[in-house]
Amino acid sequence: MGVIGARVQRLEDPSLLRGNARFVDDIVLPNMLHAAFVRSPHGHAAIRAIEKKAALALSGVHAVLVRDDLVPYMRNERLVVGLPSSSYKQDLNRPALAIGEVVYVGEPVAIVVAEDRYIAEDAAALVEVDYDPLPAVCDCRAALAPGAPVVHRGAPHNLLAEFRMGYGDADAAFAKAAHVFRESLWQHRGGSHSIECRGAVASYDAIEDRLTLWSSTQMPHQAMRQLCDMLGRDENQVRVVTPDVGGGFGPKLVFYPEDVVTALAAMILKRPVKWIEDRREHFVASTQERDQYWECEIAVDRDARILGIRGSIIHDHGAYTARGVNLPHNSAETVPLQYEVPAYSMNVKVALTNKVPVTPVRGAGHPQGTFAMERLLDRVARELELDRAEVRRRNLIPASKMPYTTQLKARGGMPVVLDSGDYPRCQQDALARAGWADFPARRDAARKAGRYLGIGVANFCKGTGRGPFESATVRIGPSGKVHVYSGAAAMGQSTKTMLAQIVAEQLGSDMENVTVTTGDTAAIPLGLGGSNSRQTVTAGSSAHLAALKVREKALKIAGHVLEASERDLEIDGDQIHVKGVPGMKVSLAKIARTVAGTAGYALPGGVAPGLEATECAVIDDMAHANGTAVVEVEVDVETGAVELRKFVVVHDCGRIVHPTIVDGQIIGGTAHGIGNALFEWMGFDENAQPVTTTFADYLLVTATEMPHIEVAHHESPSPLNPLGVKGVGECGVIPVAAAIVSAVEDALSPFGVHIAQAPIFPAQIVAMIEQAHR
Amino acid sequence: MAESRNIAVTVNGKRHEQRVEVRLTLADFLRQQLGLTGTHLGCEHGVCGACTVLLDGQSARSCLMLAVQANEHEIATVEGLAPSPDTLHPLQEAFRDNHGLQCGFCTPGILMTLVEFLRDHPDPTEDEVRVAISGNLCRCTGYQGIVAAALDAAKRMRKGG
Repeated sequence: MGVIGARVQRLEDPSLLRGNARFVDDIVLPNMLHAAFVRSPHGHAAIRAIEKKAALALSGVHAVLVRDDLVPYMRNERLVVGLPSSSYKQDLNRPALAIGEVVYVGEPVAIVVAEDRYIAEDAAALVEVDYDPLPAVCDCRAALAPGAPVVHRGAPHNLLAEFRMGYGDADAAFAKAAHVFRESLWQHRGGSHSIECRGAVASYDAIEDRLTLWSSTQMPHQAMRQLCDMLGRDENQVRVVTPDVGGGFGPKLVFYPEDVVTALAAMILKRPVKWIEDRREHFVASTQERDQYWECEIAVDRDARILGIRGSIIHDHGAYTARGVNLPHNSAETVPLQYEVPAYSMNVKVALTNKVPVTPVRGAGHPQGTFAMERLLDRVARELELDRAEVRRRNLIPASKMPYTTQLKARGGMPVVLDSGDYPRCQQDALARAGWADFPARRDAARKAGRYLGIGVANFCKGTGRGPFESATVRIGPSGKVHVYSGAAAMGQSTKTMLAQIVAEQLGSDMENVTVTTGDTAAIPLGLGGSNSRQTVTAGSSAHLAALKVREKALKIAGHVLEASERDLEIDGDQIHVKGVPGMKVSLAKIARTVAGTAGYALPGGVAPGLEATECAVIDDMAHANGTAVVEVEVDVETGAVELRKFVVVHDCGRIVHPTIVDGQIIGGTAHGIGNALFEWMGFDENAQPVTTTFADYLLVTATEMPHIEVAHHESPSPLNPLGVKGVGECGVIPVAAAIVSAVEDALSPFGVHIAQAPIFPAQIVAMIEQAHR
Repeated sequence: MAESRNIAVTVNGKRHEQRVEVRLTLADFLRQQLGLTGTHLGCEHGVCGACTVLLDGQSARSCLMLAVQANEHEIATVEGLAPSPDTLHPLQEAFRDNHGLQCGFCTPGILMTLVEFLRDHPDPTEDEVRVAISGNLCRCTGYQGIVAAALDAAKRMRKGG
C-alpha cells in the first residue's frame, strides 16, 4: 500500500525521454497522403467562386476538396457542439468547410491533399478563391453597438446570448451601503500554445467499413460522436484514438472542422490522410480565450464587509459557437465564489466578432472573474485605507461554515456548494511565506535607493472535477498484469500515472504491473475526456471503485484456492498471499486464469467469470479547490520592466495523489498566468486581421523571466468522492494576473497609478506613470 | 518536380546515404526519411527550440536547416542519447527524477540543448542554466523542474554517472 501520495516515477517518462513516444505527427501509415488547408485571409468576406485548376495541375496533388465536394458524404455539414443553455439568441454552428462566406481569418475553405506536405502547401497557394470582402467586426463592444456590421451576413445582430447570474437584492444592498466603488476592467485573450499543435491522421478501412481517426484531441469520445453524427455512421464504424499529446490547455477539447474534413478526405480518396497544424495555423485557427470587458461595482459597509456586487460583462465569443456560453458563465460564477457576498447580480452579453471562436484556455473564465473580484477588493482597501489582505480576510468564507451552500447555480442548474477548505488559513499561510508583514520595511529601504517594490495578493476558488462521470475499467488478464482503461484523455498532465497509482493502491502496489490505456474509443465505450481539471476526481474515483471490486473478487477466489479466509490475505505485487506467510500464495495470473474458465468445468466458488470491473462513478457536484498567490515585484519606472522577486502559491486540492505532479501543475499554470499578465498579446487590427502570428510577435514566458515559484499545499479532502481529491490542472493560472497587477499597482502607488487591465506591458506601464504625473 | 541531391549524413553514429529534395528541412529529413520522430516541430520558425539537434556537437534548429546542408556532417538526436535500451543518460534520469517534463513534447530539444551546454559548462549556476534554455519554449512546466533537472544532471555527470 501507500502508492497514493507517493512520489513514484511517472509511467509516461521513459518513452518521452528516449524520443520514442508516439505523437500524432509520428504516425505513419502505408500509402498515406498529406493535407494542407486553404484558409480565409479575410475577417469577413463572401466567396464568389473557387478555382482549383492550377492546384490540381500540380504534380503530386491528389485532390482539392471544397464544401460542395463534401456535401454528398455528410448527413450534417455543421459541427453541432454547443453546450445546452437557454440563453442563446442564435445558433451559429461551424460548417466543415466554408459555405459561401468566411467569418474569420483562418477559417478553412478547402483541403488540398498531396503526396507530401510541401506539395500540398504549394497547391494550397494555387487555389484561387474569389472573395468579396465585407465589413468585419473586431471589438466585442462595437459588435453590440446599434448599426454595427453583422458578423454573419444572414444574422439579425451580433448578440449570441444574454443571461443574468445572481441572487438576493443587489440594488437594495447598494442603496444602503456605506461605500460603493466602481471599476471598468478589460482582460485580453491569448492562445493555448501547446508546443505540439493540433493534428489528425485518418484512415478508412473499406473491408471493415471502419473509419479510424488519430487526433490530438482532449475528448476522443466526443470526437467520435461528432464524426458519427456528421457522417451518418454508427459507433462500430468510427474509432477515435488520442495518441501522446504535446499539451492541451483547452483548445484541444474542441472538435474542429479539420478533424472531420481530414476524415472525409481519407474516405473519399480511400487513402490515409495526415494533417498537422503548423504554428501559424495555430495562431489563426485554434480557439483562443479571455477577451472580456467588465463594468462592476462593489458595495461595502463601514468595516469593508461586502454587501453586494453588481455589474455587466461583454464577452467576446468569436465567430461561431465552438463550445458554448460556459466561459462567461464561469467568469460570472467565479466573482463571489469564496467570499461572503449577500447579494449579487451580473448581466452577461455574449458578443459575436469576426475572430476565431473562443473556447476554454487553461482557467476557462475563472481568471477573469477572479481578476474582477480581486481588483474590487484592492479598490476597497485603497479607498478605506485598509490592508488588502485584511479586507479579504474579513470577507472570506470561514472554515467553520464548510460545507457552504452558495446561492449560485452551476451551468447544469445544480446549486454550487463549496465542499471543503480553510480559505482564511490558506491566505494567512501564503502571506507568512511571502513576508507580507515585513514588506513595508523592504519597500521603504528600496525606495531610498530609488527602486520601486510592490506586493500583491489574490485568492481563488475553482470548481473542479466536472461530472457527471468518467469511465474506468480495471481488468487483470491471464498474464497477471493489471490493465486500466478509461475515457479520460492524457495530454501531458500525468493522467496514466495517476490512474495507475490509484489502481495499484488496491492491487499489489506495483506500478510496473499496471498498464493504462486512455483516449481510445475502442477500449471503452463511454467517456467524456479531458477538461475542467476533472480527471483525477472523476476517472480517479471510477478507477478506485473498479479496483476495489476487482480486489474483492481476487481475494475471494484466492481464499478459495488457498483455503484461507479472505480477511487473512493480502495482495503484494502480482501475488496474493496469506498475511505473515509469504509461502502460502497464488499469483494474480493464476486467479485470472481460474475465472477465465475452462470449457466443461465449473468456476470455483460460484464466482462470475472474468476478473474485471467497470465503474462510472456519478459525481454531479464539483470539488472546489482553492488557493492564494502572493507576489512581490520590482518595477523599473524608467523602462516599465516588471521583475517578479518572490512568488508564493499556497494551494488546496484536497488529498494529493502525487505531490511532485501537483507541484508541476501549479507551477506550470502559474507560468501561463504570468504570460497572461505580462507578455501574451494576441493582436488584431480593426479589420480583425491577426497581427501576432509568430512566437517572435507573441511572447511566451521563457526560463529567464520565470521566478522560482514556492508552492505549499493544504489538504482539505473533498467529501464528494471516495478519494477525497480535487482537481489541480487549471488552478495555478487563475489568481496570477490579479496578484501581479495588484503588486505592480502597489509598486507604483507613489505615482497614483490605477491598473484596470491584463496584460500590462512595459510601454503601457511607462505611459500610466506619465499619465498619472499629469 | 523539385530538384534532388544525394547526401551522406551520420546520425547518432550511423551513416545514411539518401537522395533528398533540396527544399527538405533537416527536421523533416530526420523525421520522415530516417523515421527518427523524437525530434519535434513546435513552430517551424526557429523560436521554440523543440527541433534542436546537435550538428557536429553544436546545437542547431533542424527546422531552419535544409537536409542538404547537413551533407557530410554528424547529427546527434534524442534517440542516440541513452546508452542502451535499459539505461538512460544521466540527463534523462535527472529529468525523470525532477519532473523536468510533463507532456514531453519540448523535451528532446531541451535535452539536446543541455547536452551541449553541460559538456561546455559542467558546473553551471541556476542563472546560467536559465539562460542556456531560454531559447526553448515549454508550456507545461514553468521551467522549474527543467532547471532543477539540469543542475542535478550536472552533478551526476561530474561524478561520472
